[in-house]
Amino acid sequence: MKKIKKIKKEKTQILEGSRAIALTINNISPDVVSAYPITPQTHIVEDLAKIKANGEAQYEYVRAESEFAAASIVLGSSAAGSRVYSATSSQGLLLMTEVIYNISGMRLPVVMTLANRAISAPISIWNDQQDAMAIKDAGWIMFFAENNQEAVEQHILAYKIAEKIKIPVMVNVDGFILTHCYEEVKIYEQKIINKFLPKYKAKSGEFLNTKNPITMGAFMSPQHYQKSREDLYKDFQKAIKEIDQEYFLMHKILGNKIEKNNNSWFEYYGPKNAKTVIVAMGSTIGTIKSLAKKEKDVAVLKIKTYRPFPHQEIKKILKNCQNIAVVEKAVNFGTFGSLYLDINISKEKQTIKNFIGGLGGKDIGEKDIKKIIKDFKKYKKLNFI
Amino acid sequence: MKKEIKKISSGHNACAGCGQLSAVQSVMRALDKDTIIANATGCLEVTTTPYPQSAWSLPWIHSLFENPAAVATGILAALKKQKNQKTKVVVMAGDGGTFDIGMGVISGMWERKENILYICYDTESYSNTGFQASGATPYGASTSTSPKGNQEKCQIKKSCDLINKTGNHLQKKDMIRIALAHDVPYVAQTTAGYPNDIYNKVKKALEIKGPAYIQILAPCIPGWGIKTDEAVEVGKLANQSNFYPLLEYLNGELISGGLNSEETAEKHKETYIKKQGRFK
Repeated sequence: MKKIKKIKKEKTQILEGSRAIALTINNISPDVVSAYPITPQTHIVEDLAKIKANGEAQYEYVRAESEFAAASIVLGSSAAGSRVYSATSSQGLLLMTEVIYNISGMRLPVVMTLANRAISAPISIWNDQQDAMAIKDAGWIMFFAENNQEAVEQHILAYKIAEKIKIPVMVNVDGFILTHCYEEVKIYEQKIINKFLPKYKAKSGEFLNTKNPITMGAFMSPQHYQKSREDLYKDFQKAIKEIDQEYFLMHKILGNKIEKNNNSWFEYYGPKNAKTVIVAMGSTIGTIKSLAKKEKDVAVLKIKTYRPFPHQEIKKILKNCQNIAVVEKAVNFGTFGSLYLDINISKEKQTIKNFIGGLGGKDIGEKDIKKIIKDFKKYKKLNFI
Repeated sequence: MKKEIKKISSGHNACAGCGQLSAVQSVMRALDKDTIIANATGCLEVTTTPYPQSAWSLPWIHSLFENPAAVATGILAALKKQKNQKTKVVVMAGDGGTFDIGMGVISGMWERKENILYICYDTESYSNTGFQASGATPYGASTSTSPKGNQEKCQIKKSCDLINKTGNHLQKKDMIRIALAHDVPYVAQTTAGYPNDIYNKVKKALEIKGPAYIQILAPCIPGWGIKTDEAVEVGKLANQSNFYPLLEYLNGELISGGLNSEETAEKHKETYIKKQGRFK
């Protein structure tokens, strides 16, 4: 026991979230990295540029003139058989939107980090998850990380899944709260990663290659078009199980023990059959967990895979509670929050309420969560906290 | 003699006599088999790739209307990583994707000095969607978004002083100068009236290290209101009348073409304009 502990300790470093992600990406060894650094970005792409400049990277680094171009560049590289990476945030993601849809429609295994931040107007550079919600149904698998360790692991998983089932993956990390935060992180070395995620080799006949020419992005008549959307939908449904299998395989190879009620889709934290379950995604889970620990009969459901949404599995885990409080950092004008709507499908007789908070970086504190638990009955269906 | 493999086959869905597809044939004759094409949304994409068919025997990709330059950058980066310096990357786009919506992305590609040949088939309008005005539409052309007003209708409403008698009020954007301002080492202009000139320019562009830009005037049968056998003739007249002279710049210097004599131009101006429905 003692020995294992020592090895683990050596591998852990105090790193900024962005740095941890950049180091992991380098160890995943993509072929092409392209990004635009401004609207607004994180240190991820700066770090990747520095790693390249220091001669420590094997990837091609292409400086793009906009996020729209960056997304199009990685699209082109991916279509030409490369493992690719990009990162963006907020307005940058919105500018990419057309390409985001195109990448998934073309079934390209692109992986991207989304440092979640608020959307303008009013202009704000702080964290919330409205950017992710704007493209949640665009045909990308969406992971959400609670902390930087989870973010690191989700990136490794992302490549395996993307390349296996030809669906792009976006790893969501809360802007500032995670990307700019220094915490303890274990960075996996390339050798270990390779055991789970082998070097990428696109299959002949599936990428642009003059030895075996193909046509990509052809014009489809209605019957072909719908079929292609239907295929993507079905593959998304199949992905639910595949993501979970790969998740457990990954942690086995990485040497991590996974606790009960923790899987690729979610983590259930707290007493079995708790009266109240608080559902959320991302870094705010830390706050909620810390409060729940002190409360009786309260559990936390952390959603890690938001798309595809594992409705059945979530239905099972929520079955015995009475109250469901969905806390989310995004607002949908004219209806309930996106996470609420998804959870609502998976609930039976429980009372479910929606709590919108953390917009534009507004803090969600333990006291806010405590109040939700205490006054649950008094709250309306949708509340701003 | 070695039989040449057809790089774009017949049987596509373009209009009979299409100026663009005629120009594409000349381009494809000049391209090597070891070429990857990134195509913008437009007539060329729609008419050549009705899924599950494709007229292309070279690797070909279409992503969006305004991004083939960036897609080409991505392809080139992938090739670089594969240590492949032989395969050529060529962009094909229309004037809407080039002069208007894709302009910023092209500027980025040229700034990076990448070895990509960009070919713009200039139909002087958004032909694929019904002949709307683009930044490449010349002054005075009537298009579906810069139509000339109806004289009879305005008389009824007594609004003839407000009528648009011109058609397009704006001057054609000078993409050639924009390319030259980016220090693109090879910049050329030609028309569908000169198949061999297209062939030669593409060949030359491929020999150049760094970006190359070729802009080909491609008369559009329905858009320009010309007959199906007139694309080549109108393409020739465009040059002869000085509306669209043949040009070739190497490192910023004009090395061939240029304006024809005033005399030649005068002789052909009227024929060029009168042949077309868009200037009536």
